[in-house]
Amino acid sequence: MSELIRLSAADLAAKLASGEVSSVEATQAHLDRIAAVDADIHAFLHVSDHALDIAADIDRRRAAGEELGPVAGVPLAIKDVLVTTDMPSTSGSRILENYMSPFDATVVARARAAGLVPLGKTNMDEFAMGSSTEHSAYGATHNPWDLDRIPGGSGGGSAAAVAAFEAPLALGSDTGGSIRQPAHVTGTVGLKPTYGAVSRYGAIALASSLDQVGPVTRTVLDAGLLHDVIGGHDPRDSTSLTDVWPSFADAAREGARGDVLRGLRVGVITELPDSGFQRGVSASFRAALASMEAQGAEIVEISAPHFEFGVAAYYLILPAEASSNLAKFDSVRFGLRVTPPGTPTVESVMAATRDAGFGDEVKRRIILGTYALSAGYYDAYYGSAQKVRTLIQRDFDAAFAQVDVLATPSAPTTAFRLGEKIDDPMQMYLNDVTTIPANLAGVPGISVPSGLAEEDGLPVGIQFLAPARQDALLYRVGAALEALLVDSWGGPLLDRAPVRGGAL
Amino acid sequence: MAMHEKAPQLMDFDTALELFEPVLGFEVHVELNTNTKMFSAAPNSFGREPNSDLAPVDLGLPGSLPVVNEQAVKYSISLGLALGCQIAPSSRFARKNYFYPDLGKNYQISQYDEPIAFEGSVEVELADGTRVVVPIERAHMEEDAGKLTHVGGSTGRIQGAEYSLVDYNRAGVPLVEIVTKPIYGAEHRAPEIAKAYVQTIRDIVLSLGISDAKMERGNLRCDANVSLRPRGQEKLGTRTETKNVNSMRSVERAVRYEIRRQAAILAAGGAITQETRHWHEDTGTTSPGRPKSDADDYRYFPEPDLLPVVPSAELIDELRAALPEPPAERRRRLKAEWGFSDLEFQDVANGGLLAEVSATIEAGATPAAARKWWTGEISRIANAQGREASDLVAPVDVASLQTLIDAGTLTDKLARQVLEGVILGEGTPQEVIDQRGLAVVSDDGALVSAIDEALAAQPDVLEKIRDGKVQAAGAVIGAVMKAMKGQADAARVRELVLQRAGQV
Amino acid sequence: MRHLGVLARIQLSDEEIERLTGQLDVIVDNIAKVSEVATPDVPATSHPIPLQNVYRPDVVGETLTLAQALQNAPDAYDGRFRVTAILGEEQ
Ligand SMILES: [Mg+2]
Ligand SMILES: [Zn+2]
Repeated sequence: MSELIRLSAADLAAKLASGEVSSVEATQAHLDRIAAVDADIHAFLHVSDHALDIAADIDRRRAAGEELGPVAGVPLAIKDVLVTTDMPSTSGSRILENYMSPFDATVVARARAAGLVPLGKTNMDEFAMGSSTEHSAYGATHNPWDLDRIPGGSGGGSAAAVAAFEAPLALGSDTGGSIRQPAHVTGTVGLKPTYGAVSRYGAIALASSLDQVGPVTRTVLDAGLLHDVIGGHDPRDSTSLTDVWPSFADAAREGARGDVLRGLRVGVITELPDSGFQRGVSASFRAALASMEAQGAEIVEISAPHFEFGVAAYYLILPAEASSNLAKFDSVRFGLRVTPPGTPTVESVMAATRDAGFGDEVKRRIILGTYALSAGYYDAYYGSAQKVRTLIQRDFDAAFAQVDVLATPSAPTTAFRLGEKIDDPMQMYLNDVTTIPANLAGVPGISVPSGLAEEDGLPVGIQFLAPARQDALLYRVGAALEALLVDSWGGPLLDRAPVRGGAL
Repeated sequence: MAMHEKAPQLMDFDTALELFEPVLGFEVHVELNTNTKMFSAAPNSFGREPNSDLAPVDLGLPGSLPVVNEQAVKYSISLGLALGCQIAPSSRFARKNYFYPDLGKNYQISQYDEPIAFEGSVEVELADGTRVVVPIERAHMEEDAGKLTHVGGSTGRIQGAEYSLVDYNRAGVPLVEIVTKPIYGAEHRAPEIAKAYVQTIRDIVLSLGISDAKMERGNLRCDANVSLRPRGQEKLGTRTETKNVNSMRSVERAVRYEIRRQAAILAAGGAITQETRHWHEDTGTTSPGRPKSDADDYRYFPEPDLLPVVPSAELIDELRAALPEPPAERRRRLKAEWGFSDLEFQDVANGGLLAEVSATIEAGATPAAARKWWTGEISRIANAQGREASDLVAPVDVASLQTLIDAGTLTDKLARQVLEGVILGEGTPQEVIDQRGLAVVSDDGALVSAIDEALAAQPDVLEKIRDGKVQAAGAVIGAVMKAMKGQADAARVRELVLQRAGQV
Repeated sequence: MRHLGVLARIQLSDEEIERLTGQLDVIVDNIAKVSEVATPDVPATSHPIPLQNVYRPDVVGETLTLAQALQNAPDAYDGRFRVTAILGEEQ
């Protein structure tokens, strides 16, 4: 195993810039790592045939004296929800098997322009519906910490890829926690930006008013570096904000100095009592808060009475929007076509295709969303859920009048076992209780490793939430806590994960 | 016609009106002539190669997103103002969900509970000068669907077809749908009001310059709602919605037909089925389509990919100031300007030819010449072919035809041949003249030699002329015209013959 | 449930219908509580970060080539997408 794969993206980028390492070497090291461990992890659905060519091109340009961006030549894993012109894009679904997009997602185009080297496409719950990556049509991804456990979801592939050192950087998407919850269970960093801060163009839509693309990495600084590449206004996405954003990498560097914690007011939510969380999750959360307090942060109890309605509102809004977004998969213009026996009509072909091409969870949510929107139920369900959004936003507004950031455990439990919740969708849904409010309100959230749970030795993450547009604050606070904890651990948390694919 | 109900009984129109009161309603779709589509930067074109004018969102490709065309919004506001509507301070788009292969996303982006314009009225003038006010309920923005071609079977219709082919070029073309309130009191003038209403809408959009308004091309499409209620009854009868009515003449015929059909059913004690019906131009009948059912559950919800349209008061004022004069006023002004008699003007107006005559005059023709062409030869051909006069030829070509006559390049007879060529799509009048070689031979040399030839064959003619029998020239003129295949100016030939005889 | 399957164009088997019905009952029971707090005085939020008047200039941009448009088509003929016979009506 090459030492190169254990470098952070920032450190690798420094070696690339100084010429100590070539992009071809770095890319080859990661391709070798994928070849060595991905049969066990199954983080990737597709590994690029072009990575080495792209890396060689970056090396050539650098040798020619071209001014390249700060992360040029660094390999990148891309969640399969993002469309790419040079690799299939399936969103984890059978219905899109082998689909080739004629255009790149904006974030992918920006990553290419920044000189990042796409390594491949990562596994995910089908159409990003799930919290375990078990709903992928192409088989589950395994958690590098324990192969019998889930890597989180829907972006389990991206989180497992960075946790298993198959890629230093990955792109994810977060509709109800799909970046943050996988980060929590794999000991990695994930950030969901403010809604509209990163373009959704080319992200295969799950729920349009909730989806955001964001970075999945091993360090907060790396997340900032990737966020700087992908963020900013995109005229192809009407919901894209025109704000001028500060450098998030700079924010992370500044945060790592620790000053931000002095006088920082951190809110903890009364309505999320410790009793609702696994013991080790709660303990790790409290310990992280204590270490922040020791650095001068102030912990404040905050009431957010409507957060408890978040899961319910979410599981109305998401299926409703998804039922409409997924109607395009009808076998006419792209994707699978299944022709039933007898005298088929286009209606029966569509219905048979959608039955065969969608997995159980997708069908469940499409039916639920169709029900929630259908005549006579709209006001009670979708309409009411949109009102709950308003109430949750008001809770956030009231909270942020008193504190700078909110903190929660990123998820109620550590990684559960594969298959444990697959037959109980409601239990699976309740797993998103801490992450969902941010999507409903559009505010940014980050998950940073806070330690291991005593009882099972599995990673735990702490989530910070900030007011809309204050993504930079999350990088400062996340990096400050990260610096503190890594120092106390004597090295990154992932150093304590089982070594896979042979010794160093 | 396959699968039609057996030829229905029709009641005599006057008897139907004695027994029942007709109530009308119209939905007119206007295709806007913007450069690009409603939600994509693909060209808004007509008649191009199938599937060649598409952006990803027109095909509903995974990851694609819509962005609103600003010009389409402005055109919609102008149209709303011209219809006397209020412009909504805030309106928004909604998704209308239903599966059909001509819909790239399997939902149509339309407006539902918040249309851009509402509560207006349009004054319609009938043939005898009577004015009727048609109340407008709303005008909303939406996108057009693609085009299906049914292949196999004997009729080219949907029934019995083996398969269908889809061209999405039209998908996403901007539409404004204008919906009237129920129109009461139309009585025996219902068919005439129907035609005059569509004519007026066409006049309005043409004077605004926001649509090509060619019904034949589907730029303007009318769905006519008709219901009958027994005299003295308060409650409205069950209505039918006749679709596919694509000429002004047909609107009139379709309404008359539905009144007669429904009256016969009701008088016989039957009930009207609430359904859509299809107009058949060839037979002048309607046939049943799909009955209204709970399958019409469109599950409307606010389009999450798009933001509210909130036009500023300044923009609305600006667009209002730029409105052309209302159609009724315009008619009075034009009649005076053109110096037409009542009869002459009605001829033009009732033919739906105001815009054409006006444009022809603007292009340089005299009012009399413009009227003569449009109400004469062009209307004659249109009637013979069952088409709209306005679809046959462009006003600018009519004007240049007249210019060519005035310059002596064409005789009236030749001009009719040139017109035929223009209608067949052979090009501009000058191009048709060049290609068909149709111009008057104005070269005296060619005429003189033809005259010499004719005189050689009839040597006694000159003598007779000199003897004062000038009519003898006729035989020579006839022979010369024949030799010149009609492309000579007979008056000039006569002049030359007389000169030759020494008579001038 | 069968009707929802028709609306959503998914050909559900009897077994699927039975299983989904049970699961959806549980889910709907859990999520119906949104109506407890969604009183008439609370406005709905469609977009988490409110924006308005987001437009594109009416200028022609990039389009797909015919090959790109048909690239993923399950069946195409003569430059168009081919589908099985359509039941129902002309629209
Ligand atoms: Mg409509
Ligand atoms: Zn027919």
